[in-house]
Amino acid sequence: MSEFLLEIDHLRKAFGALVATDDVTLGIRKGETHALIGPNGAGKTTLVGQLTGELKPDAGRIIFDGRDISELSTARRARLGLARSFQITSIFDSFTAEGNVALAVQATERHSFRFWQPAERIARLRQPARKLIADVGLSPLGNLIASKMSHGQHRQLELGMALATHPIMLLLDEPMAGLGIEESRAMSKLLASLKRQCTILLIEHDMDAVFSLADRISVLVGGRIVASGTADEIRNHPGVRVAYLGEEDDVGDFRADG
Amino acid sequence: MTLRRGALLFLLLAVAIALPPYCGTYYTRFATQIAIYGMAALSVDLLLGYSGLITFGQAALFGVGAYAAGMLTVYGLTDALVTWPLAVVVSMLFALAIGALSLRTRGFQFIMVTLAFAQMVYYFAQSLRNWGGDDGFTLPQRDSLGFISLADHTTFYYVVLALLVLVVLLANRIVRSEFGMVIRGIRDNERRAAAVGFPPYPYKLVIFVIAGGIAGLAGALMANHAKFVSPATMSWQLSGELLAMVILGSANSLIGPIVGAAFFLAFRDVLSDFTEHWMLFFGPLLIARVLLVKDGIWGMLLRATGADKVGAPKVDFPEALEPAADSKPGAAE
Repeated sequence: MSEFLLEIDHLRKAFGALVATDDVTLGIRKGETHALIGPNGAGKTTLVGQLTGELKPDAGRIIFDGRDISELSTARRARLGLARSFQITSIFDSFTAEGNVALAVQATERHSFRFWQPAERIARLRQPARKLIADVGLSPLGNLIASKMSHGQHRQLELGMALATHPIMLLLDEPMAGLGIEESRAMSKLLASLKRQCTILLIEHDMDAVFSLADRISVLVGGRIVASGTADEIRNHPGVRVAYLGEEDDVGDFRADG
Repeated sequence: MTLRRGALLFLLLAVAIALPPYCGTYYTRFATQIAIYGMAALSVDLLLGYSGLITFGQAALFGVGAYAAGMLTVYGLTDALVTWPLAVVVSMLFALAIGALSLRTRGFQFIMVTLAFAQMVYYFAQSLRNWGGDDGFTLPQRDSLGFISLADHTTFYYVVLALLVLVVLLANRIVRSEFGMVIRGIRDNERRAAAVGFPPYPYKLVIFVIAGGIAGLAGALMANHAKFVSPATMSWQLSGELLAMVILGSANSLIGPIVGAAFFLAFRDVLSDFTEHWMLFFGPLLIARVLLVKDGIWGMLLRATGADKVGAPKVDFPEALEPAADSKPGAAE
């Protein structure tokens, strides 16, 4: 067993002439919070897409918990304990907040081909959902239809859903995107409390959050990892400074790149 | 809130039960037709409203049920307790085959692929020379339900009505079950459903097969109702009409499609007395419904009587809270 929970091994993905993931090799240690930063268009979301199985890499392997998951479907990977939150809010709109989380809890069962008992009355789904809603700070809104919630609340809800699947590892794709200062701070605090629970790969533009949360940071530029190290090493890395030269703070930015 | 909805449903059912003695044979038969098409439309709602699958081939499964039941009757199997379940099974097998292939596509492609399969089944039925080809064939008599003869229109109507109620109760159970939550989740956001760990394909296939079975039962009933089966029972026009019934009545409500079927057939009945181009009038009506009424006739009825809104998932808990003061509707877009 290696020290790494997630190993990305010579991963490559090209869209036509654009090489979005260019021979990326990266290891995420068990228990660490690893941040992945990089300017817009660096290929961060493409990389996450391959980790979750929504995109098929052209070459390379992904090892998760000692197992090659490169060929597994998104759902299979989720069941192995690899949970994600989306850069762009992705929830079940017509469900209540609690219903969203309850469905995620339900996903941890072996199958859901149960046709008789009303799901809303199943305590083994509802109780953990209620607790998770409280954990992510949405307690009073549990019965609110998700489409009526604010953007910040959606982000909290997404985290609740990711946690509901008992993940070994969380892939958080810009959890702060579009959040106000107050909301960002609250989310930061929430993430800090999760650090001990599971391994996190955090993709984020908010540098304050990244430097305060991450144990290690990797920098992706033009599809390549240009640097990897502790916060201090990254802060003083000359290549990183060049990559970020002129790069504005991206809080409040909805651009759908990665 | 749901109490009023229950009261409204009870009222509808009471009217349906009380109807035959007052309205004579013609309208009893008409009501039977409504119940049968309502059942078929309900099966479309399971796909359209609850699973987000727009199928343009449900008539094929309706027709397969009709052919299966009709053929068995002609062969001398006349107990409904045997022939109808068999018709359901055959329709489910067809649904399994059609669904297994067409569910690999989505959106617009899915509409076209289901239509293509339906047309294949249609032309296959047309090619059955021994079964009348394009003209279809007649049944010597209706099946009997155990010892009960269904030859009497009123008896047959009550049997159909009872089966419709049973199907509604069953479907209501299914859409509220854990399985139901998964298919609704997939409808809302397939990508998210996969990301939490539900492989969408098998769940979609199972609901497609269940809906196919219900359509097949409706088809078997129609064969017995008309004592006649022809490829017309599986024409693409019928698939379209079933969709129109669902949309007219209200998708994602199970009851709406039945109400929609009633309105659709009543409209056709009345208008076709004046002109064979009744679609000319029905078309604008359907457009008006889509543009003006948010959630269909059933939704309108519910709101008019102060019962709860359809569409939104039913929660055990009191009324959902209003959005928090700091949240802005639409901020999520």
